[in-house]
Order: sequence, then structure tokens, then C-alpha cells
Amino acid sequence: MKLTVQDLNSHYGPAHILFDIGFEVGEGEVVALLGRNGAGKSTTFRSIVGLVAQRSGRIMFEGKDVSAKPTHEIVREGLGYVPEERRIFTDLTVEENLEVGKQPKRPNAPHWTREKLFALFPNLGEMKNRPGGRMSGGEQQMLTIARTLMGNPSLVLLDEPSEGLSPKIVEQMVDAILTMKKEGVSIVVSEQNLHFARLISDRAYIIERGRICFGGTMAELDARPDIRDAHLSL
Amino acid sequence: MAFYVVQFLTGLASAASLFLVASGLSIIFGVTRIVNFAHGAFYMIGAYIAFTLTERLSGAFGFWGSIVLAALAVALIGVLVEMVLLRRIYHAPELFQLLATFGLTLMVEDLVVLIWGPDDLVGRRAPGFKGAIDFFGQNIPSYDLFLIVLGPVVLGILWLLFQRTRWGVLVRAATQDRDMVAALGVNQKWLFTSVFAVGVFLAALGGALQIPRDAVHHAMDLRIIVEVFVVVVIGGLGSIVGAFVAAVLVSELNAFGILIFPKISIILVFLVMAVVLIVRPWGLFGKPEAAARKTPGLTVNPWRPLTSNERLASLAALLLAATLPLFAGNYALTVGSEIAIFVIFAVSLHFLMSVGGLASFGHAAYFGLGAYGVAFLAKMAGLPMIVCLLLGPLLGCMGAAVFGFFAVQLSGVYFAMLTLAFAQIVWSIAFQWVSVTGGDNGILGVWPEKWAASPSNFYWLALGVAALVTVALRVMVFSPFGYALRATRDSLLRSEAIGINAKRIQWTAFVIAGTTAGIGGALFAYLKGSVFPDNLGISLSVDALVMVLLGGVETVSGAVIGAIVYKALNIWLVSQTDLSKLVLGGFIVLIVVVFPKGIVGMLEMLAQRRRKSSPPGSPLLAKPIESAE
Repeated sequence: MKLTVQDLNSHYGPAHILFDIGFEVGEGEVVALLGRNGAGKSTTFRSIVGLVAQRSGRIMFEGKDVSAKPTHEIVREGLGYVPEERRIFTDLTVEENLEVGKQPKRPNAPHWTREKLFALFPNLGEMKNRPGGRMSGGEQQMLTIARTLMGNPSLVLLDEPSEGLSPKIVEQMVDAILTMKKEGVSIVVSEQNLHFARLISDRAYIIERGRICFGGTMAELDARPDIRDAHLSL
Repeated sequence: MAFYVVQFLTGLASAASLFLVASGLSIIFGVTRIVNFAHGAFYMIGAYIAFTLTERLSGAFGFWGSIVLAALAVALIGVLVEMVLLRRIYHAPELFQLLATFGLTLMVEDLVVLIWGPDDLVGRRAPGFKGAIDFFGQNIPSYDLFLIVLGPVVLGILWLLFQRTRWGVLVRAATQDRDMVAALGVNQKWLFTSVFAVGVFLAALGGALQIPRDAVHHAMDLRIIVEVFVVVVIGGLGSIVGAFVAAVLVSELNAFGILIFPKISIILVFLVMAVVLIVRPWGLFGKPEAAARKTPGLTVNPWRPLTSNERLASLAALLLAATLPLFAGNYALTVGSEIAIFVIFAVSLHFLMSVGGLASFGHAAYFGLGAYGVAFLAKMAGLPMIVCLLLGPLLGCMGAAVFGFFAVQLSGVYFAMLTLAFAQIVWSIAFQWVSVTGGDNGILGVWPEKWAASPSNFYWLALGVAALVTVALRVMVFSPFGYALRATRDSLLRSEAIGINAKRIQWTAFVIAGTTAGIGGALFAYLKGSVFPDNLGISLSVDALVMVLLGGVETVSGAVIGAIVYKALNIWLVSQTDLSKLVLGGFIVLIVVVFPKGIVGMLEMLAQRRRKSSPPGSPLLAKPIESAE
């Protein structure tokens, strides 16, 4: 397994947010983490990369337990993270944003260069020197993914990549994610949008109120409309 | 005309060091969000080490090598400080960071005297820049010209460093979003350490470069840090270009201010700062910061009024304190009066800091203004004591009204820097305006009238006023005004959204706190029989902060206990050692790192823990992440 999460519990101060979250991602797989707003998708991702201070549980990445490591070491293992709020460095240009994400080559992961990323996201190539603060939401979403890919991750946590984007940009996003998959990057993508998830994912988990309540292939999910309707707003 | 040109060039030369120090402070703040109070101390150590090295190493290379070596050595000290102290407090509220670095400053002040002695040291002239250049009959030291060139050169180098290197890009990214930088695999720990080292290097270089111009002495840290605070407030914290422009502006204002107001040249700088703050509160080149959620303390612990038992206990304690004259001698009574006065001072700051969330680093200004108010009224107008006591604090009130108006436009570290700068301005006026304030000699012979002259009567007076003030402020905490003030502390945006005029509430609180401090100062003038500029100096402001911190920032009346314990300890300590600043500084650092809740806060926590047999907290809790949020 590429990534195995077991018994993940997280707290924000006195509030218990995640309850015994567990899921698996296979090599080269695209797995969707589905759930409504506030279900715990973002917290799950933030907990995996160590951005939530109060967490417990086991996070095995490529056979190594990374749960006790600080954020930058987890990321350097090859576990990339693309935050939901994009968090572009608004004062930095596109090229500089990519520079921040740059990490050495990794033997077991595809190697990304600026040129390769500009081919994947042609819009970015046309605005190399534009500050991140003066880009549209869709361009920022591309930049945040490209920035994480500069770290040559073997697995990427993608937090709601389709949120707030126009249908045309969403199409580009689907293409980009499929290209990443083809290159050999494993992906966990959190989504509220089942339609979008279906276009890219091999399997799906559903999270509701901080608990995993379903796990299976997309076909298995389609066979259970009751679960789909109860936990996802369509 | 030539004279003005020379004056202008002198201003530019002074700007060089100021810019180096200010840019270092800005860079460190940008990434770590810590306003490094100890920056002036690093500047000073840079000058001292450079002095020693230039004495030892000869020749041109020896001189310039010494300057660079000194700055590198201090940068290394900075790295140690960052790793040992700052890494522990990146998560702490900003007040604690300010205090810890201030404690460090105090320690350094005593240490340099211990190592280099108390006398001014006059350093070597720079080889190749010993002479002066004649400019239409006026002399310009050639070293000044060197400094004038150096300023823009350093600005250029810093620009290249930040724009053209990976390190610079990472630093700029971290300035905006530290967590995201960590989430991209960058080790923040070393990024922070390297940034701190660069900032300290700049400060030390600034100090080292001053030795051919000025004597090295052990008070140069406070002088520079106040100017640096003024520079970063005007230029905008975090902006290097802003630091440069403001350093030039402030230096020129100083250079020409002396011609316009020879005695109180600092007024001019103050006026410019006031204008900038009104037009652009975040400085000329700064960016408005998003209002962060402010937590004055460490935990959320709702306040409640005292229960009737606790009230009785407090009353009993007060009565017990009132019996002191029955068995204590005159010295003990004088100490008792002083402690009572400092209780007034501490609770006034506590009101501003803990209730209002506004940590003033210059609260002594209003204490001292109250004292000067009494001295003016008693000595010049010859008014009776009771009238002086009632009217004297009004000077503190007025000072607080003027400075408070500007100060509450800002918050957090800006507020702290600004209040410190204001206090230092008041101090300079008291120090320099000899014809009115007596300058360093102060105003003597402010003795109480017969009815209050005996130590026991004065003690009762001080104790009574202290009790009255404490109760009045406590009542205010639980009044509608107190609720509104606490609302502005907890969330400025939300309080304004429910119709509270936050700035006015904060300003009112500032004036109340300033007036109360003035009451303490008025009594203090009579206790000592004299008034000196020290009564509004920085060390007194820090005393007040430590008293509040020691008592517990999060408590309603911890300052009372903090003032009693601290003042008693302080009086004892000063009688025991010459290195009181070293001990005090170490003590402050210790409280911040190990004991941040203060005495009363600890007691409350213990009491709570006893109530709830099993404390909350999960044994499975993972180690907190190391990224600084």
C-alpha cells in the first residue's frame, strides 16, 4: 500500500473532530474522499501532513510510520499536499511560487520541471512573472497544484480541486489529474462533487461527521444509492 | 547654505546605521512575527566586540576585518539565542515574546558593564577615512561619506538577496504563510534561525560601524531601539525599502530638528510619526495586516466577580495590612507605602493589558507625568497637598489622552512599540527641557504636609488609595464598559459588528489606565519628596509589565499580588547585588518560559484541578508539530 491511515483522531482545542479515520491508497491509485461541507475532509488531510497539532493514530506512507514527524519531513518523504484554500504566495510571482515548492528528484516518483508543468497548465506558462495575488481563482488552483508537484511527490493529497471553478476550468483540472495519474502519482482527492470524483477516481470513501462510513469502488458506490443520498448532496 | 548641506549629509550618514538595525528588525519580524526587543542589545554588543577587535588587530585589514568579524560573532550569539530561547516561544502570545527579548536586553546591559566596564570607550578611526573634506568652508568627515554610500549599497545587496536567491524567495514566502512553506517541505526551523542570524548580523554591523563616529557605552541599546521602533512604525514593519526611507527621514528630522527646537528636537520626529499614523497606520511602505485573533493569555478562563467569602477574605487582608504601623518601623512603613503605590501602578497597567488586551511598554510615562504634575503644582503654584494629589494625575490623564489617541489606532506589537516610543519621548522632554523640569537633577523638595508626613499616616493614605483604585477598576471590569472593553480585546471585528465603537472604548481604557497610573505617580512624588526623569523611564515601564505578568495576565486582580511580591523582591535584590538588571532580566526570561501563567494564574489552575479530579487531555495526543503557527 502507498498510504495507510489507521485510527486517526484529531482535535481542535476541546473539540473532537475526527474519529478513528482509516483508509488505504494503493500504488498509482486515485481515491476520492467524499463528504459534505464540514464532514472532516480537510482536517483529515491536514492531520496526515501534520498541520493539526492534536492528533493521534498511525499514518504509514510507503511502509514508514510518519505520524510522529514534523510537516516538512512528511512532505519530503514524497507526500505532497494541496490545500483547499490554495494558499498561493500572493507577493511572489508564478515562477517564485514554483521555486518554493522545489525539492530534489525522487527515484520512485515522476520528476517535474517548470517546462513540464507549463505544458500541463499552459495558462501558467503565459504569466511566469505575474504575482500570485493577481491571478484568477482557476489560475491559482493550477498554480497550487503545480507548486506541490515541484516537490516531485509520489502521492498527492488534493483538497477540493474543483471548488469554485468554472466548468471549463474543471475540465482542464480533470485532464491534469488524469495526466498526473498516468505519470504514476497516487492521488487522494477530497470532493463534494460526485460527478467530478467519478471522472477521475478508482475508489471512494465517504466521510460524515468525522467518521468513515463507506469505502469501495465507484461501482460499489453506485450500487448503494441509499448511502449516496444519505451522505452526499447532489 | 553650505551649512545646511553639511547638516543634511550628517543626517544621511546617521541614517546608515539606523537603516541596518531597522532592516534587521523588519526581516526578523517578517518571518518569525517576533519584534525583537533585544535588537538594540545586539547592536550594542556589535559595537563593543568591534571595539575590542579593532584594538587588537592592526592595519586597514585589521580594522575592516574586525568590523565584519564582530558582526559575524554577534550573529552567532543570535543563533544561540534563537535556538535556546526563541524556539520555545514562537507559539506564545506576542506579549511574552516582547518580554522575553526585553529580559535579554536587561541581561546584556549588565553583562557589557561587567566585561567592558561602565566607562565610555572611544574607538579607532577608520583607516583611509580619518580626514575631513572641505565643503565651502564646512568640514565633512570622510567616514560620513563612506556611510552615506554604504546605506544604499546594503539596500541593494538585501534586495538582491531577497529577489534573486532561493533563500530570499523562501523567506518572502514564509513572511506570508509559514505553514504553507512547511507543507511544501521546507524546514522552517532552519529558515527561522538563518533569518534571525541575518537580522542580528545587520544590527551588529550597524553597531560596529558606529565606533569611529561615537563612543561605545552601555546605554546605546535603548537609544537605538527607540529610534528603530520609530523608523519601523513610520516605514512599515516588514518592509526593507520602508526601513531605508524612514531611517533617512528620521535622521534628517533629527539633524534639522536640532536647529529648530534645540532642546526638544525629538518633538519633530514625534509630529511626523503622528501624521503618518493617522494617514497610514501600517506605515509608509507597510501593508495593512489582517486582524488576527488576539489572545492576551494562554487559555480561556471566564472571569467572575468575587464570591462573598472571597470579598470578606480580601477585606480581612486589607485590614491586616492596615495594622502594619502598629508593629513595624519607619523603614518598613516606607517600603509598605512604596509597595502600595506600585500596586496602583500595576493594576492600572493590568486594566489596560489584561482587560483591554493592549500591552503598553511605556506605561511609566503616565506614572511619571502624574509625579511631575504634583511637583509643578506644589513647587510652582504652591497649592496644598490635597489639591495637588487631586489635580496632579490630570497631567497623566492628558498625556494618556493625547498619546492614547494615536496608540489605539494600532494593536499588538505596533501598539507596544508606539507606547514605548511615546514614553521615551516624554522622558527625553523631561531630561532635556532643563529650565522647566530641572533635567537630570529633577525637582526636589516635594514633601507631604503635616497630616500625611508621618510614615504611618502616609502608609495609610497610600494603602487606602490603592484599595480604592483596585476596587474601582474591578467594578469597572464587571460593568457594561468592562464587557465592551473585553469584547474589543477578544475580537475587534465582532465587537464592532455589534455596534461597539472599539477605538473609543480602547481610548477610554487607555485614559483610565493612564490617569490611574498618574495617581500612583502623584503619591510617589510625595513619598520620595522629589521627581526625576527616571520616574517615566523604560525600566519602570518594564517593572510594571513584570508585575502584571508575575501576578498573572489572565487573572482579574493578579497584578495586586504581582506588585507586592515583585516590589518586595526588587527592593531586597537591589540591596543585595549590583547586577540587579542581570538577575531581573534572567527572572523575566524564566517566567516567560517556565511560568507563563503567573502566581495567581497558577493558584487558580491548581484550584481548578482539585475541583475536577481528572484533568482533560488525551494520553494518545501526538507530539505537537514543530511548525510555528
